[in-house]
Amino acid sequence: MTSVIPPDRALEESPPGTGDGTAALPPTARRRGGRRALLPTWSPKLGIGLGLVVAIALFGLIGPLFTGDPDTIRNIGLTPPSGEHLLGTTQTGQDVLAQLVHATRGSLQIGLLVGVMATALSALFGIIGGYAGGFADEAFSLFSNVMLVIPGLPLVIVISGFVPADQRGSWTIAVVLAITGWAAAARVLRAQTLSLRGRDYVAAARVAGEKPWRVICVEILPNLLPLLASQFVFSVIAAILNEAGLSFLGLGASNSSTLGTMLYFAQNGFALQREAWWWFAPPGVVIAAFGCGLALINFSLDEIINPRLREAGRRRRAAAKAGRDTERVTRSTAA
Amino acid sequence: MTNDIAPAAARPAAGNTPPEAVLTVRDLNVVYRTDPPVHAVKDVSLTLNRGEILGLAGESGCGKSTLAYAVNRLHEWPAEVTSGSVTFHDRDGGDLDLLALRDEELRRFRWAKLSMVFQGAMSALNPVISVRAQLEDVLTTHRPGMSRQERRERCAEVLRLVGVEPRRMHSFPHELSGGMRQRVMIAMALLLDPQVMIMDEPTTALDVLVQRGILREILRLRDRLGFAVVFITHDLPLLLELSDRIAVMLRGEIVEYDTAETIHRRPRHPYTRTLLDSFPSLTGDRGAFLRTGAAARSDAPGEEDAR
Amino acid sequence: MTYFARKIGFYLVALWAALTLNFFIPRMMPGNPVDTLMAKLQQRGGTVDPAARKAYELLLGADRSESLFQQYVSYLGNVLRGDFGVSVSAYPARVSEVIGQSLPWTIVLVGMATLISFALGLLLGTVVGWRRGSWLDSVVPATTVLAAVPYFWLALVLAALLSSTLHWFPLLGGYDVALQLGWNREFISSAVYHGTLPALTIVISSVGGWLLGMRNMMVSTISEDYMLTARAKGLRNRRIMVRYAARNAALPSIAGFATSLGFVVSGSVVTEQVFSYPGVGTRLLQAVQNNDYALMQGIFLVITVAVLGANLLVDLLYGVIDPRTRTSH
Repeated sequence: MTSVIPPDRALEESPPGTGDGTAALPPTARRRGGRRALLPTWSPKLGIGLGLVVAIALFGLIGPLFTGDPDTIRNIGLTPPSGEHLLGTTQTGQDVLAQLVHATRGSLQIGLLVGVMATALSALFGIIGGYAGGFADEAFSLFSNVMLVIPGLPLVIVISGFVPADQRGSWTIAVVLAITGWAAAARVLRAQTLSLRGRDYVAAARVAGEKPWRVICVEILPNLLPLLASQFVFSVIAAILNEAGLSFLGLGASNSSTLGTMLYFAQNGFALQREAWWWFAPPGVVIAAFGCGLALINFSLDEIINPRLREAGRRRRAAAKAGRDTERVTRSTAA
Repeated sequence: MTNDIAPAAARPAAGNTPPEAVLTVRDLNVVYRTDPPVHAVKDVSLTLNRGEILGLAGESGCGKSTLAYAVNRLHEWPAEVTSGSVTFHDRDGGDLDLLALRDEELRRFRWAKLSMVFQGAMSALNPVISVRAQLEDVLTTHRPGMSRQERRERCAEVLRLVGVEPRRMHSFPHELSGGMRQRVMIAMALLLDPQVMIMDEPTTALDVLVQRGILREILRLRDRLGFAVVFITHDLPLLLELSDRIAVMLRGEIVEYDTAETIHRRPRHPYTRTLLDSFPSLTGDRGAFLRTGAAARSDAPGEEDAR
Repeated sequence: MTYFARKIGFYLVALWAALTLNFFIPRMMPGNPVDTLMAKLQQRGGTVDPAARKAYELLLGADRSESLFQQYVSYLGNVLRGDFGVSVSAYPARVSEVIGQSLPWTIVLVGMATLISFALGLLLGTVVGWRRGSWLDSVVPATTVLAAVPYFWLALVLAALLSSTLHWFPLLGGYDVALQLGWNREFISSAVYHGTLPALTIVISSVGGWLLGMRNMMVSTISEDYMLTARAKGLRNRRIMVRYAARNAALPSIAGFATSLGFVVSGSVVTEQVFSYPGVGTRLLQAVQNNDYALMQGIFLVITVAVLGANLLVDLLYGVIDPRTRTSH
């Protein structure tokens, strides 16, 4: 998605000496001691993103307490939304809202699970490989690149195809999705680790005889946090989308209900042909809104990682409202 | 080493004819519209004479680049020219008010009358198209009537002028050394036979030997082609050797503006003196100024005593 | 030319990795796929001759008489000859025939859609990035919505709107089944007509990613020094935008093509299923539902080879358009 930019290019520092104050914003985020700069600055984008994510998370977490059993079958198949059933009913009279609430919870669970596992894998291969260099780096990097070019979903489909349906639990699906979904993030992290490894203070720590794990944890990891966070967010989006696709194909976890499962039943219940939009539209809207919220959060993270994007955002706003950063920088460059 | 930079003879500006201005800057103000606004250039007035080398000195961030870019209106938001005028006096007669030019007129003016050489030609050249394409770009835009053959010949000609083999034009920037790239940049600036060339720290990123070669080249070309140069650097001692006149900038203001010789012998502003002292001379032998010859050498200790 | 050699070498390694993965997946999974397969085959009236069983065992790994290495070598031999055995779901057709029938559909659909989407995304990204700070910036958050919409759901919505409700496009299939397959105008126009909706789905879902990547790189590129040079040179804006900004900004998008193609192909597999498009995606699903393991593996390999091939082409193209690749490594 947005990660098509290899960070080693996108992160190049502003060209020196253009004499033009706007081009001189330093990448504050990776300055040591500038840890506060690791927090995203508040923006409407971030606000909307957080709002969407929190609302949907609450919807999935608390919602099930207020709705009935999603599986209750009634003899009022395919009724449109009404006061009784806010989002109408399915072919077999199940309440769509109750299903949606439970499915949202299921999708979020699997998304988080895969996000954590995939990010851990990508950190393992990307950061350690990038830091160690030499043969380990070559091998890890080759492995990541190979995993990256093998198309993920077809592989997942084949693996799921071999696992009998009764043994396909949500953990199995999560592991499969994590294994096929870490490579892109590893590549990004590796490139950034390589760049950090060359910084003076890291070199200094290495020369001073710090243990490798300490250098990684103390000197490198904190500077990678915005990038890790953004890669985690991407993993969650990708996991939710892929899981939905898998469940939609009827290859998802047999013991859990997710938004993809809902769409699978909607498709098989001919919701489309019967124009039962209240059945197939809401799950997609929830996925899109959640993904969109996460992507908006990622915009704010991107602006930490690549200050030039932030500058472009600032440019548009009235000069008088420019943030403290610009002020400090232009002062120092104009002094 | 000390005598190789320029022959003292054949200096158009130093002749008997009264100096004729090619570029006049009057009370120019440039402000960065940030919060709070930064007044980067304050009431600057300068006159650049035909064929003259005007040095613009000052530490980084003093506004010298902002000034140079504002002259050609290359500054971008939030920088803004708030008042003042920039007038270009064309060789063929007729004055151009540069701040009043419409976009298309400005585009035609740029490079044809006033070209620029930037610091660090690695990033100033487009990395993915060949040197030839970047040279010919200028000709296809400004001289649409030229045939392909004529363009090719003109590019070869300017490359020869700066001492680069014409066959190197098929190279890409990363295939050239730093000095070579800067020479290509200068060749590019010569393409349209401009009357003014603004050089923004053109030699800062280069090692001393290469730097000298290029400075010598600039002087030689100036003597031969007669363009005027605004030479921007933080290295005042270098300017003393190179320029006819020097303007010293501090926090957006010109604090001292005089001939190189006067600035060298009698710097009035304390900041000028600081600048003179803060750099070891290019040659490592302070006071070995080519222009004033041996006389300068005996002056140097005196200046130090005066401090 | 070492760049090209390295790239070709890399894709050979990737191909080998995919083949090996394909070999080990069924061997690591629970259950005995060969028995399931043979049972299915018998249902379809297939004769279970020892040779057929042997071929499946090689593919799926139930043969205990040979060592793993021997199995591996024979498997590679079979695959390189294009021999994936007999398809159960399309019995008695061979796997290679089934793939041969459905692959052109997918290649044309996904290929065209990807090209359109890539070109459109780069074009729009160039303009949006060039005019940064204008109202066009509001396009940027909108693209994230598109990127977050699941392909198949967009397909469902488009189908509901444009087929079921407005009847502009057919709901299912890749061509009018009343027509004979062939290279005539009637059939091709029918195929284009049927393919529009699936292609539209893929384009809408994937264009946002290209647009955003290109836009961000444009913003970064615009502050490069050579952009200042280009302006100082008095070049026309359009030339600066295309030859200086976009020419450089597009490079990372092209380099990142591999990452994105995976998403597109994955999305297309599911999209085909929604429209019952006669491509390999729909076939893959049928194979999974029918435990047609041989076909599953064959399709996975073919998709992988196609993706690797496309990436190799793009990488070779990259080597041509970025002169730095030719010398720096």
